[in-house]
Amino acid sequence: MLTQPGEPGAATDEQDYLWTLNFGPQHPATHTTLRLVIRLDGERVVDAVPDIGYLHSGFEKIGEHLDYNQYVTVTDRMNYISPMANNVAWHGAVEKLMGIELTPRCKYLRVIVAELARISDHLLCNGAVGLDVGAFTFFLYAFNQREALYDIFETVCGARFTNSYTRVGGLMYDATPLFVEKVRAFARAFPKTLDDMERLLNRNRIFIDRTKGVGLLSKAEALSRSATGPIARASGVTRDLRKDEPYLAYGDFDFQVCCATAGDCLTRYLVRMAEMRESLKIVEQAIENLPSGPVNVGIDQRTALPRKTQVYSTIEGLISHFELVMSNRGFEVPNEECYAAIESPNGELGFYIAGDGSDVAYRARCRPPSYIHFALFPYLIKGHTLSDIVAVLGSLNIIAAELDR
Amino acid sequence: MLLPETLQALSANFAGLESSEFRGGTRVVVPRDSLLAAMRFLRDQRGFDLLVDVTCVDYLNYRDATDRFGLVYLLTNTTTNERVTIRVFVNEPDLTVPSVVPLWEGANWMEREVYDMFGIRFAGHPDLRRILMPEEFTAYPLRKDYPLQGRGERHNFPVLLRSES
Repeated sequence: MLTQPGEPGAATDEQDYLWTLNFGPQHPATHTTLRLVIRLDGERVVDAVPDIGYLHSGFEKIGEHLDYNQYVTVTDRMNYISPMANNVAWHGAVEKLMGIELTPRCKYLRVIVAELARISDHLLCNGAVGLDVGAFTFFLYAFNQREALYDIFETVCGARFTNSYTRVGGLMYDATPLFVEKVRAFARAFPKTLDDMERLLNRNRIFIDRTKGVGLLSKAEALSRSATGPIARASGVTRDLRKDEPYLAYGDFDFQVCCATAGDCLTRYLVRMAEMRESLKIVEQAIENLPSGPVNVGIDQRTALPRKTQVYSTIEGLISHFELVMSNRGFEVPNEECYAAIESPNGELGFYIAGDGSDVAYRARCRPPSYIHFALFPYLIKGHTLSDIVAVLGSLNIIAAELDR
Repeated sequence: MLLPETLQALSANFAGLESSEFRGGTRVVVPRDSLLAAMRFLRDQRGFDLLVDVTCVDYLNYRDATDRFGLVYLLTNTTTNERVTIRVFVNEPDLTVPSVVPLWEGANWMEREVYDMFGIRFAGHPDLRRILMPEEFTAYPLRKDYPLQGRGERHNFPVLLRSES
């Protein structure tokens, strides 16, 4: 915390003219609940001290008391802008711990929803950057498309916002032809909106003046400060887990990793815009080549609930169903620990899970990209003006629910 | 994934390492005293330039566990895409490990969170304060002996009245 004048360690006499400004925890430009204590020299930011924890709700503690299927509802509430990506990350880690190989159809469907979640997240992030620096129309264009994405998620899992779509070894529901039709319609309509959005801002003088050269992050600093995702890629780190460690079915698709070297707010915006087009390419390829077959793993794996026809007509199905729903049975998990990560919209989203044989995780650590990126903020804002705070905050895409968990 | 030569180079330079493998990931248990040197070796000699995460597991009720706290350092080499998990075990009463902030700036908040949640002290950390919990908080909530439900610490917090503020 910043010291008050007169306290030991307080600013020396020649710095007495510095102003201390309290930014947040409730402020329209923070979008969520986070607080900054800023020292200002006129309009220049001399120092910024983040004060976080306002939304801390003990998600990791809850993870030690909810079973592997129940906890997915909590992951929805971490980065609530792209809950599908969190679901995929959580159950990806659980399945790695349990050694489950998913069915091809499940992998493709998870890729589709994770990429739609990326588009949804980038739309919100870039829309909010636009809104914060004064481009309100741009924000409305972005949010209109998010509505279409919510509609798709509602079709596939019944929930618009908190999806909880994945289950251990599969998905809650299989995709329907309506879902396929809606994804195709979105893939047809979305590039036009992207073109419109790019025409609105990419050459907009005000927007470029507000973001170019602001919040510079060099490649060495990005690596040293553990940045991942679009923020690292905008600084020249060519790291994308979808290419570097292909998980799910990402090895099957043809797409580019979007990188740039400037490392400022404008570049982060441009990288996100480019990534949406690449995500759309993945979605198109996946929806056209969607494998048929079962979406959940077989009953011999004893993780996903068998279909009702199997429960009522086969003894294996009945046993498997009871083994899973009885409170003293459940999954068999090794006494081991592992870490698995996905390339979430914000960066590397990983879960470190320690299993203790029961169907509740002994430790469920989340590696939240927002938390690690917010630590960059004091470094990025130093020397910029007060009005640049919202541009830098927006370009880091800080989701306070994920920041504090 | 970890290249075998990285593991060989690591064990050739440091004594007392134990490594194990699970689902394609390699874990290396490092004695606390050689942690900083081993991390420096991995960063400078083997190119592990990205510190992915620092976290901790409390093994209070864990079956067959011999140590109380196990720290987890997840490292990645962004050129070769190698990953390695470094483990350090610490026990009460001496819950101090050297900080890796001199090596990776990003460890700053990660170590603060571990300190906040588990009470592990990081020697040499520039700013070891609570980060998610309030500064008045006295317990370490992610320890296994801290209950999930209860009255909590809220009644310990100082009450600021409008007339005094």
